[in-house]
Amino acid sequence: MDGVHDMGGMDGFGTVEPEPNEPVFHAAWESRVLAMNRAMGATGAWNIDMSRYAREMLPPHVYLNASYYQRWLLGMEQLLREKGLVEADEFAAGRARHPGMPLKRGVLKADEFDRVMTRGSFTRPAQAPARFEVGDRVRAKNIHPKSHTRLPRYVRGHVGIVERIQGCHVFPDAVVSGRGEDPQWLYTVCFDAAELWGADADPTVKVSIEAFEPYLEHV
Amino acid sequence: MTAHDHNHNHEDGSTLSEMDLRVRALERILTDKGYVEPAALDRIIEAYETRVGPHIGARVIAKAWSDASFKQSLLEDASKAVGTLAEVGRVGEHLVAVENTPQRHNMVVCTLCSCYPWDVLGLPPTWYKSFAYRSRAVKEPRAVLADFGITLPASTEIRVWDSTAETRFLVVPMRPAGTDGWSEARLAKLVTRDSMIGTGLPKNPGEVA
Repeated sequence: MDGVHDMGGMDGFGTVEPEPNEPVFHAAWESRVLAMNRAMGATGAWNIDMSRYAREMLPPHVYLNASYYQRWLLGMEQLLREKGLVEADEFAAGRARHPGMPLKRGVLKADEFDRVMTRGSFTRPAQAPARFEVGDRVRAKNIHPKSHTRLPRYVRGHVGIVERIQGCHVFPDAVVSGRGEDPQWLYTVCFDAAELWGADADPTVKVSIEAFEPYLEHV
Repeated sequence: MTAHDHNHNHEDGSTLSEMDLRVRALERILTDKGYVEPAALDRIIEAYETRVGPHIGARVIAKAWSDASFKQSLLEDASKAVGTLAEVGRVGEHLVAVENTPQRHNMVVCTLCSCYPWDVLGLPPTWYKSFAYRSRAVKEPRAVLADFGITLPASTEIRVWDSTAETRFLVVPMRPAGTDGWSEARLAKLVTRDSMIGTGLPKNPGEVA
């Protein structure tokens, strides 16, 4: 979806402000939100693409006014509601009022927490040979899916060069639309800044994205 | 309530913010419904606060600076190469190491959310997740570097990697001059978190003991 989360190239957000000696969390609740997200992910209640999409679906004014972990909390609450795991009266009361639903992979136990500390593998067997080779000139399609996509707006319609083939991966667009994993080839596609931002762009800058095959077409 | 009482409550930690209350309520709901185990949450938080962080990436970079064949393996398949380091152990798949040279400087961003190589760098800093960084890194990376106090030669190519899939990027900064014969442990002290994201440079040899 063409949402506010797709921020590449927008102006007006000010300077980047590094914080010296930044703590890992700025408040205890942030750490609980992060851990609950990881633990719920481990139960199989949803996957990483669904949790990203839930945050993207926040109304623009909410997204822009919330802090990072507030967005995580709001996204998680939305998924819990959508999946029927927590009901409206429970959110209102701040306590459980109905028995829990069965979880695909069961609750994450303290002694197995390590399994959420290593990133999972998204590589899947290829369903077809890769359509593009390293060095190919490709155009990022001018598409505007209404649902979740990982093709940022700022490259759409622009021509780049395939620089690396990163294997065949779970396709987030399909997962979120309920079409299963539908594995697709993934490519690093590199664009000159002038192609993306026009003739006034810094000639020394190149930008790459990680593009799934359905995002690309031959030039 | 007197001012004294108020302060007293605050020091006891009994004055909770709206966010604290909301998150506590959610955790209670999820726990009572059997979806989460608070002890598992404690372990996850403890790991991020004490175990996982940029010191892991720093060891990887120091090794790459010291051992040319390791550096080559790292650039070919970073997940595999890092997994061979006994002091680091297994990391997630799809880690890609990109090398800075006098001709090219690499910088990593996630414009869509906050993708970051957290098994080698820990959780991302707030600035990495900020709207300013996410919006500007792909359009005016030199101006963003200036926000970090970094100025690169005008002729250096700036290569920005937008982490739009599950691949994760680790920048291999250039080894500072004047560090010949340094041990890996000493070299690791030069490697800052930001130098592995590409918004910083390693420390000068004079800055570490």
